[in-house]
Amino acid sequence: MDATSPTAVELKHVARRFVTPTGEILSALEDFDLTIAPGEFFAIVGPTGCGKSTTLGLIAGLAKPQAGEVTLFDAPVDGVDTRVGFVFQQDAVFPWRNVLGNVMAGPLFRGQPRDKAEAEARDWITRVGLKGFEDHHPHQLSGGMRKRVALAQTFINHPKVLLMDEPFSALDVQTRELMQEELLQLWSQSKSAVLFVTHDLDEAILLADRVAVLTTRPARVKAVHTIDLPRPRDVATLRYDEGFIEIARRISDDLREEVLRARAGH
Amino acid sequence: MAETTLSASHPQPRIETMVERMRRHNRLVMALRLAVLVVLIGGWELGVRFGLIDPFFFGQPSAIALKLADWFQNGTSIGPLWKQIWVTIYEAGAGFLIGAVLGVLCGIALGRNQLLSDVFSIYIKVANSIPRVVLGSIFIVALGLGAASKVALAVVMVFFVVFANAFQGVREADKNLIANARILGASNWQVTRAVVIPSALSWILASLHVSFGFALVGAIVGEFLGAREGMGLLIATAQGSFDSNGVFAAMIVIAVVALIAEWILTLIENRLLTWRPETTAGE
Repeated sequence: MDATSPTAVELKHVARRFVTPTGEILSALEDFDLTIAPGEFFAIVGPTGCGKSTTLGLIAGLAKPQAGEVTLFDAPVDGVDTRVGFVFQQDAVFPWRNVLGNVMAGPLFRGQPRDKAEAEARDWITRVGLKGFEDHHPHQLSGGMRKRVALAQTFINHPKVLLMDEPFSALDVQTRELMQEELLQLWSQSKSAVLFVTHDLDEAILLADRVAVLTTRPARVKAVHTIDLPRPRDVATLRYDEGFIEIARRISDDLREEVLRARAGH
Repeated sequence: MAETTLSASHPQPRIETMVERMRRHNRLVMALRLAVLVVLIGGWELGVRFGLIDPFFFGQPSAIALKLADWFQNGTSIGPLWKQIWVTIYEAGAGFLIGAVLGVLCGIALGRNQLLSDVFSIYIKVANSIPRVVLGSIFIVALGLGAASKVALAVVMVFFVVFANAFQGVREADKNLIANARILGASNWQVTRAVVIPSALSWILASLHVSFGFALVGAIVGEFLGAREGMGLLIATAQGSFDSNGVFAAMIVIAVVALIAEWILTLIENRLLTWRPETTAGE
């Protein structure tokens, strides 16, 4: 790692435990280590329910770890940080605001004057291909279009660290491919570090510079694989590439072991 | 080419029959509604004429209509009818506004603040279980025969309904939306304003429909218990002189007031909730 640039995100020996209603202690993360460089696209794959979303919550400052340290650019996370953006798995756009109102929400919350926020929002709406839909409310849009609103809503804040929690898992295959392409394009212009959580290994390899495989609960990082596929990547054709298939085979062996272990544990 | 025009023109007549069928259905429903009304009122009137129903106890539709006409033209025994209606609307309206505002404010404050809600929820439960109409007697003793005691009773009637709904609405606000707003940079107050209140709004508006009825009940019961004017007093006076037609006539006037208020509230609701998808289940 480059010594002059600090790490964008670092988790050191982090533990996050929950108390179940029956009084048992459930460990979601235990002795969890992870480092993401500035500008890096990092993906996490792992069996369902293994604590991937928990990790994102800790970095976003929505929850606190019981042990260990979470840092953003070498400073400990304390509450919600303005440098962080978050794209949720479910729809989290505001249903009572139209597209324009949704996209300009961030700048307005952060105290920008209205006309400036609106101009910037219109620019982002055009960039995600929603020009002409400014006055539509979310329920009038398709799932893919709502995701575009969510992306514009997040990118308008120029996040240094972008956390994405299975953002495209609810979309159909064709729409998902389009959104992946869109995301890569937005990311290449923004230079933000991305932590992308998914259960879809192909998606992780297509998008990321590095892919971490997590163990079953309690989650640890089992292995980190470097994806040395050249950029810019073509999402539609890359998955038939020899190099892609070779990497996918290597990681999926890792992953299958954990999925089987997760199933045995239940 | 011929085929495409054929298939394109094909669904046209079917859509028309659908619209027509719906219109016919609507006309049928209206006619049947009218028929039910005519049968009920007509049956009542005929029952009285043939001696099956005693008009002394149960009134008579034609006499009720005459009573209403008489009230509108010559005024009631306690003064002009418009004055009585206005007094009751004023009391119910003022009570409704004050109770609704207090209910919304308290509901949001307690819904957003865990400590406040832990401390006060028990007292609100207790207060809610008291039959609040009884408080009317206290208000009349304390606040006198004027409008203040009726307004106070209406406030108490409205407050708990609106409060409970506002509280629930705040608690039901989507956790994801709140997290999203916080990450986008919203302060606590901005989260409340931009997420919590809009998502509680449909709960609050639903409670307003019910609670205007309660405000009317509060005002009328208050007038019943002791007043110098108002629809409640008019009913009490009619009751005192065994005038069942007068009671029914007053009831009709109050029902019309309630229906108009309901209509206005629906207009406001539709304006405030334009973002909601249209519900497919018609009326």
